[in-house]
Amino acid sequence: MVRKTAERIYLGVIFLFLYLPILVLIVLSFNDSKSRVVWGGFTLKWYQRLFQSSVILEAFSTTIFITLASALLATVLGTLAALGIHAMKAKKQAVMLGATNIPLLNADIVTGLSMMLLFVRFTKLGMSTVLIAHITFNIPYVILNVLPRLRQCSQNAYEAALDLGATPFYAFYKILWPQIRPGVFSGALMAMTMSLDDFSVTYFTKGAGINTLSTMIYTEMRKGIIPEMYALSTILFFLALVLLLIMNFGSARKEKLAKEQI
Amino acid sequence: MSKKLINLEHISKSFDGSVVLDDLNLYIRENEFLTLLGPSGCGKTTTLRLIGGFETPDSGRVVFDGTDITSLPPNQRQVNTVFQKYALFTHMNIAENIAFGLKIKKKSKQYIDDKIKYALKLVNLDGFEKRSVDSLSGGQQQRIAIARAIVNEPKVLLLDEPLGALDLKLRQDMQYELIRLKNELGITFIYVTHDQEEALTMSDTIVVMNQGYIQQIGTPEDIYNEPTNAFVADFIGESNILDGIMVKDRLVEVLGVKFPCVDEGFGCDKPVDVVIRPEDVELLAPGAGRLDGEVTSLIFKGVHWEIDVMAGGFEWLVHTTQMHPVGSRVSIQVDPFNIQIMNKPESSDERAVETDG
Amino acid sequence: MGKFKRQFLAGPYLVWIIGFILLPVLMILYYALTNSGGNFTLANVLAIGAPIHRKALFLSLKLAFLCTAICLVLSYPLAMVLNNLRNKYQNLIVFIFILPMWMNFMLRILAWKMLLSNNGVINTVLGFFGIPSLDILNTPTAVVFCMVYDFLPFMILPIYNSMARIGRDVIEAAKDLGAGNPAVFFKIILPLTLSGVVSGIIMVFVPALTSFAISDLLGGGKVLLIGNVIEQAFMQEYNWNLGSGLSIVLMIFVIASMALMSAHDKEGGGAGVW
Repeated sequence: MVRKTAERIYLGVIFLFLYLPILVLIVLSFNDSKSRVVWGGFTLKWYQRLFQSSVILEAFSTTIFITLASALLATVLGTLAALGIHAMKAKKQAVMLGATNIPLLNADIVTGLSMMLLFVRFTKLGMSTVLIAHITFNIPYVILNVLPRLRQCSQNAYEAALDLGATPFYAFYKILWPQIRPGVFSGALMAMTMSLDDFSVTYFTKGAGINTLSTMIYTEMRKGIIPEMYALSTILFFLALVLLLIMNFGSARKEKLAKEQI
Repeated sequence: MSKKLINLEHISKSFDGSVVLDDLNLYIRENEFLTLLGPSGCGKTTTLRLIGGFETPDSGRVVFDGTDITSLPPNQRQVNTVFQKYALFTHMNIAENIAFGLKIKKKSKQYIDDKIKYALKLVNLDGFEKRSVDSLSGGQQQRIAIARAIVNEPKVLLLDEPLGALDLKLRQDMQYELIRLKNELGITFIYVTHDQEEALTMSDTIVVMNQGYIQQIGTPEDIYNEPTNAFVADFIGESNILDGIMVKDRLVEVLGVKFPCVDEGFGCDKPVDVVIRPEDVELLAPGAGRLDGEVTSLIFKGVHWEIDVMAGGFEWLVHTTQMHPVGSRVSIQVDPFNIQIMNKPESSDERAVETDG
Repeated sequence: MGKFKRQFLAGPYLVWIIGFILLPVLMILYYALTNSGGNFTLANVLAIGAPIHRKALFLSLKLAFLCTAICLVLSYPLAMVLNNLRNKYQNLIVFIFILPMWMNFMLRILAWKMLLSNNGVINTVLGFFGIPSLDILNTPTAVVFCMVYDFLPFMILPIYNSMARIGRDVIEAAKDLGAGNPAVFFKIILPLTLSGVVSGIIMVFVPALTSFAISDLLGGGKVLLIGNVIEQAFMQEYNWNLGSGLSIVLMIFVIASMALMSAHDKEGGGAGVW
């Protein structure tokens, strides 16, 4: 009983450590006073200003674009790559996977800087360089999610489909795709998460003109904290919460359905 | 008869409000091979876990060799368990797995090494000391799990469906292995299974359980030949279970036909369950038996034919060495001492009647 | 589409690897090993020996160690408590402790900056109780606080996962064989969660060692980590050769720390935490 209570208290302390800062941000986003400690009454004006700020809105739309575009392209390239790598002999596979691990293991700052060196030499920094950089660090997550699925697939089923007269494309679509699909989706999801949260790589490859939310907040914070940021934090926190709940709830329901079918 | 080693007294246990065991009483004798047999959810595993110390009863006592051990934690009990999925320690090699309990007891290195050798020899896996757990097959892992338990010289070995994950051939081999082990070690085995064949092959005593109640306790022969109720008869082997009326002592009416039997004391015109084993049904020429019918199915099973006979509106299951083609007319006869009469349960939901021994 | 032809599906990725993974690495190596005139030199790499750089590297290592140690000490018991919950809300509660990971990195820094500032919430609360204000903004302490806050979920998740994988029957088997609670912990739980601990350490130590944003925003220019030195060399002094040289040194430390940890972890948890 004592142990149970101690465990509860410990959970509570860590919970407060993780969520108190977020809670304070949320409360301050409705505070009609620039002060961080005085409650000046309830207001939505920071949210209004947020939606009037072209800097913030632009950073938001850039972030969404980069996240979706890089995840999509990385998923296509990565899935194709996984299919190819799966067909390779062990030695070639090891070389490809070794190269795939570089962006995963490398420190973000070094990945960002080394790409910047390349881009500056051959082109100008901008939206396209950020996109390329994000695709580069996203592909490994897709490959590492798809490849294990491919390894679980039965090669016989695919060959049996060909034997029964299916074209390779048809056989892929009907036999392989259903089996690797969960891996492709979780890879895409992970790529989006990484892209959304990235700061360092974007910071070094973005050039002067554009900003994602991360780099925009960084720039703003160096100047000082403006209350619009609290409002932005609140929105982003609830956005993440809702998206994750939908995903978790969705997959839990799917699992339940699958179990019931058995 | 050897002395009673374990006594379970008035044990009740519920999980989340649903009763798993209700006032269970059971004793286990020294050097006995006792099997707890029943369908899933009957409480057999819970009973085993109570003896192992992994559960404590809501009420009642567990008495071991005269001492109350109801609330003694598992690490202080003189019993060891072989788990269903082996539960080997994957971060240790085979020798380290087997040595685990002995190291805890701070035995000397020489003693431990000797014990490992002895145990591996006993389970026919000599020389496996340095192998990793992952490199073993399911059957080998199960042997290691047994070796790991028995080196501690428990007075009782608890086995929770240990053969459940193995394929048929391996199961049969392991059944004989377990009987041999039991005889060599001379300790008590308490074995949990839902497989009636396993239970009949290995046990000295079988405890048939259903819905938290003990249905019958007896030797394999008793349980098979003299089931005390329709549940046991149905669960143990295949049976023809028919509704009957006890006309008077030694005479039962089934499907409108009177059969002589050997049972007495049920009263007059009392509804009863009648159980007849398929191998006890004799097929005679039409008119020669008590009830005529027609063969509807015939399957060759090697040692016997499995025949379905439609007679008196009931499909009889018959095992016989004589062939009767489908469509042929036969007559059914049953010897009086092969007819089992049982009281009907009070109502249909009370099939799980309490019949503590 | 035989086996041979299917390999070509990886073709675009192979081009990508060469163009955007290998070439950048070669570029940074080239810059690291040349001077502004394009001649070979080791000076950029050896520049780590300069007092200011060495001090930054040592401070980075120290703070990264501290941050990793604190995360580990906080996470291991937490993972155990979470794993012991065993009720229908378990998944939800675990989810709650991992959720902050999905909130933007920068916003988490923002939250701490606001809490710690001199006229921020923490000092106001302390002042209310008459406790002298905590002047830790712009100190290494603030940086470590924020790093722990940022990276804690990355330690919790792999440790919890490795713990959740231990079957209940394995724990029961150990108890059955005579192990008391301490023996169960030291002989079963700890060894079986070691790979999760190693993953967690790598997931926390590497970003803590190489981060520059946290120290920049919470250190007020007074906490100079190796990441800040490199960032400034590139973005303020435009000395790409020096920046590249120091990056190589940083990379060596990252690789060495991972190799050190992986040596203790045969399964090679690495980055594959999910």
